[in-house]
Amino acid sequence: METTEAKNIIRVLIAKVGLDGHDRGVKIVARCLRDAGMDVIYTGLHRTPEEVVHAAVQEDVDVLGVSILSGAHMTIFPKIIELLRQNQADDIILVGGGVIPDDDVAELRKLGVAEILLQDTPPQTVADTIRDLVTQRAPR
Amino acid sequence: MLFVIKDIRTIVIPSTELVEPVLARNPRAIARLITRAESGDAECRPALEALYAHTGRAQVVGMTGVAGSGKSTLLDMLTVAARKTGRTVAVVAVDPSSPYSGGSILGDRIRMNQLSGDPDVFIRSMATRGALGGLARATHDAVDLLDAAGFDMVFIETVGVGQDEVDVVRAAHTIIVVSAPGLGDDIQAIKAGLLEIADVHVVSKCDRSDAAKTIKELRSMLTLDVDLNRKRAWPIPVLATSSEEAQGVQELLETIDRHRESLETTGEIVQRRRSIAETRVLQTAEAFLRGEFAKHRDGRVSALVERVMAREIDPHGAAQELIAGLQTEN
Repeated sequence: METTEAKNIIRVLIAKVGLDGHDRGVKIVARCLRDAGMDVIYTGLHRTPEEVVHAAVQEDVDVLGVSILSGAHMTIFPKIIELLRQNQADDIILVGGGVIPDDDVAELRKLGVAEILLQDTPPQTVADTIRDLVTQRAPR
Repeated sequence: MLFVIKDIRTIVIPSTELVEPVLARNPRAIARLITRAESGDAECRPALEALYAHTGRAQVVGMTGVAGSGKSTLLDMLTVAARKTGRTVAVVAVDPSSPYSGGSILGDRIRMNQLSGDPDVFIRSMATRGALGGLARATHDAVDLLDAAGFDMVFIETVGVGQDEVDVVRAAHTIIVVSAPGLGDDIQAIKAGLLEIADVHVVSKCDRSDAAKTIKELRSMLTLDVDLNRKRAWPIPVLATSSEEAQGVQELLETIDRHRESLETTGEIVQRRRSIAETRVLQTAEAFLRGEFAKHRDGRVSALVERVMAREIDPHGAAQELIAGLQTEN
């Protein structure tokens, strides 16, 4: 077997934050990023913003993907952005996913969420978007 | 802090400048250097070399067992127990890479969340990236880095193994083999491989009714040890744990510590360290040769395969021809 001595495999942490038990979508996203050749760290359900940022730092991920289907996105994303700053980790690209109203999408982008992938995003687009975001970022 | 950490967010910091922050246990520096070690980039070698001089203090514990046996759950509880004794803990948790895409889903954190947020616990997930022995190639480097960073205990959690993926035995000082109840019979217990490498056996999920049978079979397997030359300074224990009932974890931690003491008193720790060092030297050399060979064979394989297909040459002869002239000096 060829060994995948791959340099620079993209690392993504996928998290479910808060009181939100809907993880079918996030599992599909994890699976499609795996199939796109990325290392996907999945934290499981009901994480706090603190736990997620802490894990993202230790895992040295390129992208932190947070899925929120509970409607709490306007509380949780600002909190995560703040914690990334506090931990000097705001070079980690924050991507949101879920069912989020258009007005909030615009607001979240302004706050610093790099991309919001809504519920009807095709899997290939998810993978392409992540790859593009990482490619555009400065090397590290 | 005594040194200046350049802003890791905005510039590419040379690995050698991460050495001091790693020694001061800066989490971003540790994490970044592990990533570079994983990528196989030669740029990080001098930094890892500098850090190696600071290794040798951590108690390195390997945890292995079949997929679903409860390694991550047990490790979560064990970490909590170790933290209560005041020790700092690092975990390197390995999961498999896809043989098709090279990607992976690293799910060990799902069950390791009790201490997420504790700055004295560092958990790193790692994909095998094609390595077959139950660890990733960079696992050793990550363990060294965490050792140098001053973590008192470093746990290595292997992928869910079959019978033969036992590389962890040459990566850690104490090996815990986790078995879940209800898999196989007493002949499984005397086969070679996984069960042989345990310093401590754990039967997880012992709240289940068939756990007693598994414990009995493992104990009886251990009494069949007829090798008279091998006087056992350390009789291998079989412990029962249950996460449902939070049982057996304290005893497991104490057993790990007693094993460590036993290694020190008998002097076997030196042999184990030597064995780990030897494995690392050989594996690294082999990886280097494999890389050289890959370069050397480049573009010459298909022609040889055609000649084999045409029966002009046999596979062995083709292999000889392929490696002819392979230079290994630099």
